[in-house]
Amino acid sequence: MEVLEAIVIEGAGNLDLDVGAACGADLMSDVMAFVKDRVVLLTGLVNPQAIRTADLLDIKVVVFVRGKSPSEEMIAMARENGMTLLRTKYSMFLACGRLYEAGLKSGGIRDID
Amino acid sequence: MKYRYAVPGDDFSMAGKASAEVKRILGQLGIDPAIIKRTSVAMYEAEINMAIHAGGGVAEAEISPERIVITMADEGPGIPDIELAMTEGYSTAPEWIRELGFGAGMGLPNMKRNADEFKLESAVGKGTTVTMLIRLAPAPIAGGGGRT
Repeated sequence: MEVLEAIVIEGAGNLDLDVGAACGADLMSDVMAFVKDRVVLLTGLVNPQAIRTADLLDIKVVVFVRGKSPSEEMIAMARENGMTLLRTKYSMFLACGRLYEAGLKSGGIRDID
Repeated sequence: MKYRYAVPGDDFSMAGKASAEVKRILGQLGIDPAIIKRTSVAMYEAEINMAIHAGGGVAEAEISPERIVITMADEGPGIPDIELAMTEGYSTAPEWIRELGFGAGMGLPNMKRNADEFKLESAVGKGTTVTMLIRLAPAPIAGGGGRT
């Protein structure tokens, strides 16, 4: 969280996060087709589908990049599902880079042949 | 147990509600989380497709101790070339859907990947029905095949 200089939008109570990998994507189609377990999702997509996709894939942490803010509806959905939402001012590239540098080096997607 | 949901075709923000509901039910039944995830993803992909292409439809989930059967039926335009539609990356979704983060042409192949059995029936001008079966109990071994 510090490395992203992120603001907690929702889920301040569950910041003890068990996350093994990260996935950066604006395309929810790809999130659904590729994501593995225990993943933090970084996205610039701000609509209810971002939360719903994360929920269906058991993604507990979503970081909105480029300073984007989710709507009240999205925050309520996240709360209902026990998810944590963060916001960072960094771009997708820099946010991913910072997490990687901080030691989160696993890609959150399945192997692609 | 059989559950039935209407998937709206005019409000994309609602797409996925039925899948989220089925996911919740499967969770309450204590089903293996990996199976729940496969079921939710496959159903969600189908729900999104219905909302984008077919003007909505009807989603059904039938849960028994042995299996989950998801049936997604719509009366949309149908799929003229199923083989082409099954190709990863092929999509006919409009631009505004892509802006919402969907329409990458991964939906149908992803349904097939996540389901143990996948059936797609479509007639142009009449509609499309996707049936997906997810096994809960070990299936009898036939030819030694398995998921990879």
